[in-house]
Amino acid sequence: MSRTFDRKDSSLILAYLIFSFVALLAGAVAGLLQSLDRGGYITVSPQWYYLLLTLHGVALALIFTTFFIIGFLYSGVIKTLGGKMAPGNRTTGWLAFIMMVAGTLMALVVIFNHSSSVLYTFYAPMKASPWFYVGLALVVVGSWVAAIPIFNSYRQWRRANKGQPSPLFAYMSVATMVLWLICSLGVAIEVVFQLIPWSFGWVDEVNVVLSRTLFWYFGHPLVYFWLLPAYIYWYVNIPAVIGGRLFSDSLPRLTFILFILYSIPVGFHHQLMEPGIPSFWKFLQIVLTMFVVIPSLMTVFAIIATFEIAGRMKGAKGRFGWVRKLPWGDVRFFAPFLAMLVFIPAGAGGIINASYQLDQVVHNTLWITGHFHMTIAATVVLTFFAASYWLVPILVGRKFTPLLNRLGMIQSVIWVTGIMLMGGIMHMIGLMGAPRRTSFTEYGNHPAAQEWAPYMGAVGFGGILMFIGIVLYLAIVVYMLFLAPKTDSPVEYPIGRVDPKFQKPPLILERWPLWIGITVALILIAYTLPVIHMVQDAPASPAIRTW
Amino acid sequence: MFNIHFPREERIWLMIGIATLAIFLVLFGIMAFGMGLQPPGHMMQIEPKAVTATPPFDHPGITQIGDNEYEANIVAQVFMFNPGDITLPVGAKVHFKVTTPDVVHGLYITDTNVNMMAVPGHITEFTYTFRKPGEYLVLCHEYCGIGHQLMMGQIHVQ
Repeated sequence: MSRTFDRKDSSLILAYLIFSFVALLAGAVAGLLQSLDRGGYITVSPQWYYLLLTLHGVALALIFTTFFIIGFLYSGVIKTLGGKMAPGNRTTGWLAFIMMVAGTLMALVVIFNHSSSVLYTFYAPMKASPWFYVGLALVVVGSWVAAIPIFNSYRQWRRANKGQPSPLFAYMSVATMVLWLICSLGVAIEVVFQLIPWSFGWVDEVNVVLSRTLFWYFGHPLVYFWLLPAYIYWYVNIPAVIGGRLFSDSLPRLTFILFILYSIPVGFHHQLMEPGIPSFWKFLQIVLTMFVVIPSLMTVFAIIATFEIAGRMKGAKGRFGWVRKLPWGDVRFFAPFLAMLVFIPAGAGGIINASYQLDQVVHNTLWITGHFHMTIAATVVLTFFAASYWLVPILVGRKFTPLLNRLGMIQSVIWVTGIMLMGGIMHMIGLMGAPRRTSFTEYGNHPAAQEWAPYMGAVGFGGILMFIGIVLYLAIVVYMLFLAPKTDSPVEYPIGRVDPKFQKPPLILERWPLWIGITVALILIAYTLPVIHMVQDAPASPAIRTW
Repeated sequence: MFNIHFPREERIWLMIGIATLAIFLVLFGIMAFGMGLQPPGHMMQIEPKAVTATPPFDHPGITQIGDNEYEANIVAQVFMFNPGDITLPVGAKVHFKVTTPDVVHGLYITDTNVNMMAVPGHITEFTYTFRKPGEYLVLCHEYCGIGHQLMMGQIHVQ
């Protein structure tokens, strides 16, 4: 068996990963049916279309990502903080797992009995079954419990290593969970204090604008909760995969702090077109949104510098000789490299969406759907796939064979082709006016809608390619789990080496109360006045079921 | 205490990035506060249950208020726009006012910049001048239930 992890630890991590793969399959089947319907290849009744759309969002945006991220972070925290999880932490990890699985199953039951087709954003006053909200609340609270082992391990390590900066992977995991806790508090307040009492009928009405604001206070940093673990892979694991070392041990920490600061007080940029929020506060949050450019540019620089360092360590000469020294045939590098390439246009699209004059054109069209599918499904998910190609073999003590590597390479190409086709064309027809979140429609053969039809067909084809990509990926996963040859020495867990010449990262970066304090201050500045206004003034709405 | 080593190349790279961002934000500020192109605020409110009894939505429709200038008071509701069929002369300047008595809807007009959210309890406004004749499709772009894909209207500009 594997020696990297204690067997008890690997079972816990595997439980999270395997549950995430099941959610991935469920979400992918729903996604396939949606793209076939919108492409005009098959007909799905509107009842089922919106049910599947709810399932797609919940399974992929909330369940797959959260479970995979927790499993991945646990692995790196254990690896870099002493090799073993303390028994109490492990029990907490299992408790969290059980809560999150129970919550997921609860939500699934009421999605499938047609009582909760409200999509994963569950905008009030559309009212789902109360158990839909209770289930999702359990998932969120479970994820908080899941953060405890990470915080505990970090604290225990720091107590034992006074005055030492923590290992980078552990530091970044703490940062990711800090971000998650602060932002998911918003959606927890929405669900627990607004939606649950209202959906059970204990109160008659709900403050719609407030609920949307709480949702998007959570909804934007949610995407950074997905992105930061991918960045951990790029910053910490890739340097080891490509045989180099870290570019810096301090700057990545600063980058993550900036992501925490500038990803939360910015949710209004998802609500630019809606009433009830004064212009000034929208403008302020747009400005804060744009600051995210700085840590993003730092990341671009650091990642390319890491590549160059690795190439030169392998003897590359000339200005660009290092490019040829990179392991292009290794899926653990190739897949995240494609992920990075897609992120260049996808990230630029984000700047467009947050610019309100341009959002006026693209808001709620398929452009937005194309944008977040490119950022999440390509950049984040492809990086997660790459991580699983070494993490799963380590956990089960099996070999990642050259055949699997080749299949992984093919998978990456199919996946990126599918997403570029689907996401790219969604951008185009979004500009032509096609709305998002809408089942197949010709709008009474209106000429404007007829223009979209052939493009919709291509979007559907991209969706089919992506589904083939998922099937291939899951086949690789099943082979890695159960069939690949056993070995005592699976690949090494890749943790990028720190150059001994580096100065130590400043300890102030580990003073969490300081950074959390600044974050809370920014949040209060950006949200207090408009939220007070909403609480006092905004009219409330009764519950309505429209499906 | 806060002593982080930044390599020279990265300092240059970040300086260019931050300068670009600064110029971008200054232009943004000039547009918002100097030219009045602010993000929409829409602070007018309406009681959702009383939409049909509250002017101007008790008589939704088009009202001429000036020389080829109109007010369009539209109620977005499951799963239709009221009015759903509008005819306007070329060059009509239209002040849209939209609200909803039930769930959240959208009002989007193809080939224009009209892109509005209808949130219960609030009134959303937007002004647009139809300079080109044609058949414009009005559609709901926020999921509102089982008939969302059927929720549409038409504007004929002649």
